[in-house]
Amino acid sequence: MQTFNKTWTRFLAEAAVLAVIFTLGQYAITTGLLNQYYQINLNSICINIILAVSLNLINGFTGQLSLGHAGFMAVGAYVSVIMTNRLDFPFILAVLAACTAAALAGFIIGVPTLRLKGDYLAIATLGFGEIIRVVLQNIDYVGGPSGIMGIAKLTTWAWLFGSTILTLVVITNLINSSYGRAIISVREDEVAAELMGINTTRYKVLAFVIGAMFAGLAGALYAHYFYIIKPDTFTFLKSFDILVMVVLGGLGSTTGAVIAAIFITSLTAALQSFPAIRMILYALILIIVMIYRPQGLMGNKEVGRKTLARMWGEKK
Amino acid sequence: MAIVQEFAQQMINGLSLGAIYALIALGYTMVYGIIKLINFAHGDIMMVGAYVGFFSLSVLGSNILVAMLFAMLACAIIGVVIEKIAYKPLRNSTRIAALITAIGVSLLLEYVTLFILGAGQRVFPETAFPVTNYHFLGILVSNKDLFVIISAVILMLVLQYIIRRTKTGKAMRAVSEDQEAAVLMGISVDKTVSITFAIGSSLAAAAGVMIGVYYNTVNPLMGIIPGLKAFVAAVLGGIGIIPGAMVGGFLMGILETMVSGYGNSLYRDAVAFGVLILILLIKPTGLFGKNTGEKV
Repeated sequence: MQTFNKTWTRFLAEAAVLAVIFTLGQYAITTGLLNQYYQINLNSICINIILAVSLNLINGFTGQLSLGHAGFMAVGAYVSVIMTNRLDFPFILAVLAACTAAALAGFIIGVPTLRLKGDYLAIATLGFGEIIRVVLQNIDYVGGPSGIMGIAKLTTWAWLFGSTILTLVVITNLINSSYGRAIISVREDEVAAELMGINTTRYKVLAFVIGAMFAGLAGALYAHYFYIIKPDTFTFLKSFDILVMVVLGGLGSTTGAVIAAIFITSLTAALQSFPAIRMILYALILIIVMIYRPQGLMGNKEVGRKTLARMWGEKK
Repeated sequence: MAIVQEFAQQMINGLSLGAIYALIALGYTMVYGIIKLINFAHGDIMMVGAYVGFFSLSVLGSNILVAMLFAMLACAIIGVVIEKIAYKPLRNSTRIAALITAIGVSLLLEYVTLFILGAGQRVFPETAFPVTNYHFLGILVSNKDLFVIISAVILMLVLQYIIRRTKTGKAMRAVSEDQEAAVLMGISVDKTVSITFAIGSSLAAAAGVMIGVYYNTVNPLMGIIPGLKAFVAAVLGGIGIIPGAMVGGFLMGILETMVSGYGNSLYRDAVAFGVLILILLIKPTGLFGKNTGEKV
């Protein structure tokens, strides 16, 4: 009974904290306290958190290097835009369709490619990501190379905040469940995991599909914020962007991915007028982190309730 | 007759393109054979080679062969330096870590070049390589095609000689077969890896100059797509196998020109990746590869 109450109190406390953050954000946006520039930034941060955390599930926790995340994001973006812009469906249905389509794409791509290992998988996923882009370029219905313009701005702060929190909750809970332990065991030692009776392919595909689904969500939110989508937005350079966040934060640390997503997005915004310098910095981050701290800034550690509690000196 | 001519024409174009891919693929395959690393930056080394060639043609006014030698020398040095700085510290870490580093090196080469030289295209000086077209049974063969194909074949023969007949080549083969045994036989792995990078990078540089001659332009991001396609070519032939890379390169070039000649040219980039995925799913060891069991 006591644990039950404790869980509830904790849940309510967290919900209250989130509600406060949300209200503050909403207030800052509606009153214009945050100007357009910072709003776009905030939006990018949320989308990048979703992308980085979901890619981290595949690359970090499952240990399967995927370089095709931008492809799934493209699927989500295009499907959602077709739903709202062409078929006049409500946004929520469009987002659901985007997630479903991206998850389906993840499944179709994941089942055959996840048999491959390491660098082969990386190149195959990169190839699939590019194929998705080239196919989009060749479909006139979605505007071909020039893409779709005039997309309604339906991504609100509520959508962004809610989606980010949803992503974090789903992926954290997944990792802490028995599924998550199976997923991590695949990363640690695939042969040993198999010997313990874990169907490694199944868990790899599961992680891949969930990761792809959230990438689709990010794509839908992205498309309905920036008015325009075109195939060139979703090249493998976009996948590398997300990879930089995951690598910097630590392969296998959700909080690391969040921190790195915030840091990298802000850095990108600050260096907006110097795109070459930004990319040089990305490159150096990848090289230096891999050589000197291959586990990333956070390793596989998380900053969670326990760390916070320790910091505030909570009594046992 | 027209159909045959058309086909032969496409074959010529395919062979030129294939020769370029084959040269780049050789570098991928040699490096992979020795340190099991997909050197993602290889295509960008080719780009650097193309720029060195461009500057020695336009600034120094050298002839095309000298420009090619310059480019090969410069890239050999760059390749060795990259290996020493970025890849060597990671030789004992996971392959994924090494791959991520290689992606980093690739981005670094691209954007440092872009930062220094600007994003715009530069046009190869026309005087460097006056084009002559020969008509042969209704097929158009330019001296560009001949230049690319002949110099590629010469370079491949030289490579075969180095690998099959010299002591260095023997050391390279030994290291790629069994690194530990090679060390016990007194072969310096570091030195052999450096030589491999030097040779692979200089072949890429030669390919870069050829692309410059063939397409007339260079730009900082020109290495990405040919690099990826050459990688596919290496996988197609069986990565780590040198004759495989040559055959794979030519096949890739021919396939690509056939697709853009007879089908939709917009899909030609997708074709490379489609081929890659098919090989990986059907025969991951490539056309020339042998199956090896998984060891625990």
